[in-house]
Amino acid sequence: MATKQQSKISKTVLLDLHRRMVRIRLLEEAAGRLASEAKIPGFIHLYVGEEAVAVGGCVALKAEDQITSTHRGHGHLVAKGGQFKPMMAEFMGRATGYCKGKGGSMHISDLDLGMLGANGIVGGGVPHAVGAAFANKYRKNNLVTMAFFGDGSTNIGAFHEAANMACALHLPVIFMCENNEYAEYTARERVMAITDVADRAVAYGMPGVIVDGMDVVAVYEAAKAAVERARNGDGPSMIECKTYRFYNHAGVSAFGTPYRTDEEVREWMERDPIKLFEAQLELAKVLSADEAQAIHEEIQAEVDEAIEFAEASPMPDPSTDMLTDVYTEAS
Amino acid sequence: MTVAETEERIIRYNNAFNETLRQLLLDDPDIFIAGEDVGRYGGVFQSFAGLNAEFGDERVVDTPIAEQAIVGLGIGAAAVGLRPIVDLMFMDFVMVAMDQIANQAAKMKYMYGGKATLPLTITTTGGAGLGAAAQHSQSLEAWLIHVPGLKVVYPSNPYDVKGLLVSCVRDDNPTIFTLHKKMLGSKGHVPEGLYEIPLGEANIVREGTDVTVVAIGMMVGEAEKAAEMLAEEGVSVEIIDPRTLLPFDIDTVVESAKKTNRIVIVHEAVRNGGIGAEIAAQIQEEAFDYLDAPIARVAAPFSPVPFSPALENAYVPNAESIAEGVRGVLYRNV
Repeated sequence: MATKQQSKISKTVLLDLHRRMVRIRLLEEAAGRLASEAKIPGFIHLYVGEEAVAVGGCVALKAEDQITSTHRGHGHLVAKGGQFKPMMAEFMGRATGYCKGKGGSMHISDLDLGMLGANGIVGGGVPHAVGAAFANKYRKNNLVTMAFFGDGSTNIGAFHEAANMACALHLPVIFMCENNEYAEYTARERVMAITDVADRAVAYGMPGVIVDGMDVVAVYEAAKAAVERARNGDGPSMIECKTYRFYNHAGVSAFGTPYRTDEEVREWMERDPIKLFEAQLELAKVLSADEAQAIHEEIQAEVDEAIEFAEASPMPDPSTDMLTDVYTEAS
Repeated sequence: MTVAETEERIIRYNNAFNETLRQLLLDDPDIFIAGEDVGRYGGVFQSFAGLNAEFGDERVVDTPIAEQAIVGLGIGAAAVGLRPIVDLMFMDFVMVAMDQIANQAAKMKYMYGGKATLPLTITTTGGAGLGAAAQHSQSLEAWLIHVPGLKVVYPSNPYDVKGLLVSCVRDDNPTIFTLHKKMLGSKGHVPEGLYEIPLGEANIVREGTDVTVVAIGMMVGEAEKAAEMLAEEGVSVEIIDPRTLLPFDIDTVVESAKKTNRIVIVHEAVRNGGIGAEIAAQIQEEAFDYLDAPIARVAAPFSPVPFSPALENAYVPNAESIAEGVRGVLYRNV
């Protein structure tokens, strides 16, 4: 599968897709370990299993394009170019984190990278993508905005309002749905009467396509087409990526829960997007197993370094940091 | 000031709003306006009249009836550097958009470690008195002043409409600017050019020595009428219009309390959990020893805003009920 498509994609892009997915995976696995050791406080929502969506989407963007994210935002930030040290420091609530320890995992972001914010409210970030896209069109800067959201988000009012508004105002937005089949701990079919989120696109007046969200090339190709459409002034698109969250909604366990079966989890794990892609890359002689292994080791070393950095970083100081960044002071 | 500005230039409260928007649009290309009916129609109260015709659909944008997306549009556009003005038509609709206002706009700067700057202005209309009933008449400032990250203003006259609106739009934080819909036709002096009234600075509307009345929005005018009535009874009333409710200029109020030793707080929202409770708490923290009477609140009773004029007229505080409140703290009505 996808060999025909791969032939059209440069080796540089293929290796970029691979590297960014591995970066997400290894950061997330480390974050999960640290959370289970209570070194990361609060809730953690791991992106493991869904890497192909963030990466396929973000590699189709220019560096200056914007994205909006979700409560499960680590993967989006890494895919957009986020650095491990300030991410890990933020997870641990350190002053050196991307958000100075004020946001944590659920609000991880770097506006300088065009990552407009992970968001604790399901669907809450989607209208912001519409606003950023409005600004792009207003300034005629030829940039586009990609909103990442889950299947659960598409049941909330803000999503519908934003999708309708984007289409009514003909804005350069890509609606990137990560359909992982569960809204938190409730199966999609228990809360939606349709199987495919993409069916909703037509109601707003935009094309909606369905792709295999475990196939990073398929996601990338669909994203490229939607990005081109938006950049050409042809308006919004929706891409539904059929994917799966290997861990639970929150936390670091995957099995033995009443809302999904272990058998189902194992079936999806067989379709691990990184393993699938590495097999394709090896077959296409783009990346050997040994070369892939070396990349994993190199990235793991960077993760380990980030953990050391975070653990050595100071905590924010209640006496000086509590009340800063509430308001922008007049310049 | 120019010669023209020294002369009285009397215009309506609503026209002050409209004129200011027009001048701001001319002044800064990053400013745009979006909201329900604000474009072709010019807004339900014609507050935006003529702006779409002059500045086009790109800068004065008709939106769907979608308050969350309207505020979200402003947030996203502000986060990447524009200076949006988004309109929520009626203050009651603030609740429809409350996630975007309180969870998103207000918190972004903090959550994202200071990197997000949101020069966003939300305009709306509050207040009762037009027979608009329970869902189109509220003053919800107390809901908003509870949220760190927001700034909240409520102008009481045409001059303040212009100066406060300019300050809100030029501020780099999310601000909520509320017109009082019953005051739209009221008139006052407004200089022609743009000027700013600093956010967080109260206005001593009338100086007095016996009692301080802190009044908000349309209640400022009612307090002035009450002060005239009370002057005939030999009572000297000081009136403070906070202008900005968040941040709140408590210093000016405390200074006045130390002088008059008696405080009446007036607002249109229900008394329970209203901004008056917060102001009273802050005054007693700062000036307890100076008070000669319990702080009084003149506010609406604890019911939704009623429709019938017979009920609504009794619901909204007025000069007479304010005067009664003042007599109360002077122990003259027993």
